[in-house]
Amino acid sequence: MGTLQSSPAPSEYADLSEKTGFSFEQIGVLHKRFRHLSHGENVLRKEDFNGIPDLASNPIRTQIVEAFFDQRNFSKDGDGKVDEIGFEEFVVVMSHFRPPSLHMTEEQRESVRKEKLRFLFNMHDSDNDGIITLEEYRHVVEELLSRSGALGKETAKGIADAAMLEVASISVGHMEPDEFYEGITFDHFLKLLATFEIESKMSVRFLNMDTITLCK
Amino acid sequence: MAVRAARSAGFTAVLLLFLVLAGSAWTGDAHAAHNGTPTTQEDPDQHHGTNATNHRKAFPVLAFNYDHVRKPFEISLWILLALLMKLGFHIIPRVSHVVPESCLLIFVGLLVGGVIKAMDEKAPVLDSKLFFLYLLPPIILDAGYFLPIRAFTENMGTILVFAVVGTLWNAFFVGGMMFAVCQIEAARVGHVDLLSCLLFGSIISAVDPVAVLAVFEEIHINELLHILVFGESLLNDAVTVVLYHLFEEFSHAGTVTVGDAFLGVVSFFVVSLGGILVGVIYGVLGAFTSRFTSHSRVIEPLFVFLYSYMAYLSAEVFHLSGIMSLIACGVVMRPYVEANISHKSYTTIKYFLKMWSSVSETLIFIFLGVSTVEGPHNWNWIFVIFTLVLCLLSRVLGVVGLTFIINKFRIVKLTKKDQFIVAYGGLRGAIAFSLGFLLTDSEKKHMFLTAIITVIFFTVFVQGMTIRPLVDLLAVKRKKESKASINEEIHTQFLDHLLTGIGDICGHYGHHHWKDKLNRFNKTYVKKWLIAGERSNEPQLISFYNKMEMKQAMMLVESGSAAKLPSVMAAASAQNIQQQREEARQQKLLKISKTREAEIRKVLRANLQKTRQRLRSYSRHDLFMDPFEEDMSEVRFRKQKVEMERRMSHYLTVPAKRQETPSVRKVWFEPEHKVYTYDDSQSPRSGAIQLNPRPSDGAALLDGSPQGSESSAAPQSADQSERQKPSRCLSDPGPNEDEEESIFFSSR
Repeated sequence: MGTLQSSPAPSEYADLSEKTGFSFEQIGVLHKRFRHLSHGENVLRKEDFNGIPDLASNPIRTQIVEAFFDQRNFSKDGDGKVDEIGFEEFVVVMSHFRPPSLHMTEEQRESVRKEKLRFLFNMHDSDNDGIITLEEYRHVVEELLSRSGALGKETAKGIADAAMLEVASISVGHMEPDEFYEGITFDHFLKLLATFEIESKMSVRFLNMDTITLCK
Repeated sequence: MAVRAARSAGFTAVLLLFLVLAGSAWTGDAHAAHNGTPTTQEDPDQHHGTNATNHRKAFPVLAFNYDHVRKPFEISLWILLALLMKLGFHIIPRVSHVVPESCLLIFVGLLVGGVIKAMDEKAPVLDSKLFFLYLLPPIILDAGYFLPIRAFTENMGTILVFAVVGTLWNAFFVGGMMFAVCQIEAARVGHVDLLSCLLFGSIISAVDPVAVLAVFEEIHINELLHILVFGESLLNDAVTVVLYHLFEEFSHAGTVTVGDAFLGVVSFFVVSLGGILVGVIYGVLGAFTSRFTSHSRVIEPLFVFLYSYMAYLSAEVFHLSGIMSLIACGVVMRPYVEANISHKSYTTIKYFLKMWSSVSETLIFIFLGVSTVEGPHNWNWIFVIFTLVLCLLSRVLGVVGLTFIINKFRIVKLTKKDQFIVAYGGLRGAIAFSLGFLLTDSEKKHMFLTAIITVIFFTVFVQGMTIRPLVDLLAVKRKKESKASINEEIHTQFLDHLLTGIGDICGHYGHHHWKDKLNRFNKTYVKKWLIAGERSNEPQLISFYNKMEMKQAMMLVESGSAAKLPSVMAAASAQNIQQQREEARQQKLLKISKTREAEIRKVLRANLQKTRQRLRSYSRHDLFMDPFEEDMSEVRFRKQKVEMERRMSHYLTVPAKRQETPSVRKVWFEPEHKVYTYDDSQSPRSGAIQLNPRPSDGAALLDGSPQGSESSAAPQSADQSERQKPSRCLSDPGPNEDEEESIFFSSR
């Protein structure tokens, strides 16, 4: 398990393990990483994430970091943002990326999918009103294209518009002339990405942290 | 009634074709028998010479000189036969639904071979040189060029394990067990030593890409299984090449030492990596060349084909894996070439590849049938039966065993159903036959060939025919017929970055990390060199979006407005053509829309009168405007794309004030609108309406309840009203037409 400098003791691991589904070993490895990022402290702040060199070139870096400090990802009815998180919240956020286990019932698989899609939804819905509006979606696309430089806003707008149109036609189907599509609700989001197989795509392999894995 | 008539017509047609072609094959060969000697060529000349000196012969009005065209004539005839057969099958629907095409083609080959044999002629056999140099490359190039990269790289580990370890296991298991079988006195097999058995095992153990493609194409299985079996069939070429050469060398020498075995392993790496390297080099060359082809677009497809073929041949020169080289070349070349070449060249490449690979495949199966009838056989019950049984057994064991290990490393595990399909889909095909044909030792060669052919027939016929009902029975997931969705693309990209980010936070250098590094390297260094102009900066999302728009525009054009629009464009854009061409694909979206819109408006207003008359005459000839055709399509697509963009921004945004817009619109719209009503009132709007929810409702939607974003919408409304105009005039929604007219008249 590696050397741990201090608390939490394995009994706390048991709690975390039950809550998030990670094994003790995985929690140990995550804890090591947490302490490395937080420079030995017990809480992690936004600035600590700036110390990760590879993250700097990621176009959606801000959203990812925000997601760690978003209380909606900590529990079902959380709301608002915090400035610092402890190890428990760190693990809870990470647990959204756990690969699905082999023996799962259809129900469990469905709930895992919902959980992951909820995480994605929260990332897009920055003002937490339960709807991804056109502006928010445009922001998402702009961020994605932010590394491409010159092409910028107009193209992002066009793409986001096309995407919203698609969602509208999938979720609402035929619309009357005076109807207006307000935004993507969580249900529409689910419907949109129904065939996306998110439970396997949105997974990171946690056990072998420092090894290169070639196959998923 | 009509159906039965059609079917009987189909039957007779097929029968006639078949007889005609068999007959011509016979005549071809008959002449071949007659004109065997080269001196025959000289005779006519001499004859004429002597004639000239002796006496004058009457001038031959009609002469018969078959040798002159013999070779190309026969080749064309065979290809024609193959294609007519292919056509024939689809006329008889019931059969083609049950029996896969490959089976039917082999069957036809058998018949033709039988006919030729009955006439005591020598049939063309599936010569190894013909197969490896001419028939196989198109199929592999087609497969490699259109390989789904994402699925392939995600499952690369699994595919490699199946290809390398699986094939090795198969080869040694079959070879070893056959050796044991041959030792049994009762088999009367004769003296087949271990090395020959191993050689045989290595030939028969490779899964064949041609057969797999032929069968799997028709059953539309889900992407994962398809890529697993297909990827395996492609990558096992390296293993096959090494094993084949290794055992062939040593079966002459007689013994194998440890040193040789070690060299074999090294050779494997050299063959596979060398092949890939050769492919990459040619791929880069091809991509680099395509950067400069903007001035002669017509030869662009040729570059793609020739570089790839050269890659294959170069690899074969050094006994490297030609298949891997071809795949690597296609994969490397594709993204850069597609960014550089014109849309037409892309279509050309796609269709030529499909065409060639289709012809090749058909020819291969027919020749396989012919060779079966033709070839000298040495049928040994025990040998053949055991080979068959052992092949199946080793495949099943191999797949199950390897999956057990692989599943420990996979996120998406392979279920029992998946394993069954992978095992069952391990078809053998013409590669095995050709490799067997290359064998030099004649006494065992015939026995081996017979066994190989039997296995091929079994896998293609039995497994090929039954896989479809089995897939239905086991309810294996089918290929999801989803059209390109911009949302899925956005989220795929988003997830890529998200997972890379999370991986970085965890300190986990996984799959995504390296993919991200590769992408960044690609963007900063490689793209600058290999992609012409500004497109080198275009991110994938934008190219995807452009492609999708283009596709939708094309669909629009083909379905609804095709008949009428060209006439308009002909009139309007005659002067714009040159300019449009230059603007081509290197422009940014924004610039295109503004410039085009301005031009269209300018030209339309200028040519108002002439336009009307031209419209009248052009609408009769709208399908035959050849001089304008080429430019039309590009221009048309651009225009449609622009239109759709307009419609979308209208549909989704909420401008605050509606009152401004109508008055402004009226001033602009009137002239163009009039022009178009002449023509477009008759056009079926259904095509246009299907694709976009109520384009005509763009106007109506604008007065939707003002939302919170009013302030942001206000400065946009002026912009939008500006941009609305061209869409009004270009798309001319039918239903609103009257409304517009009435508004117009009322304001007067």
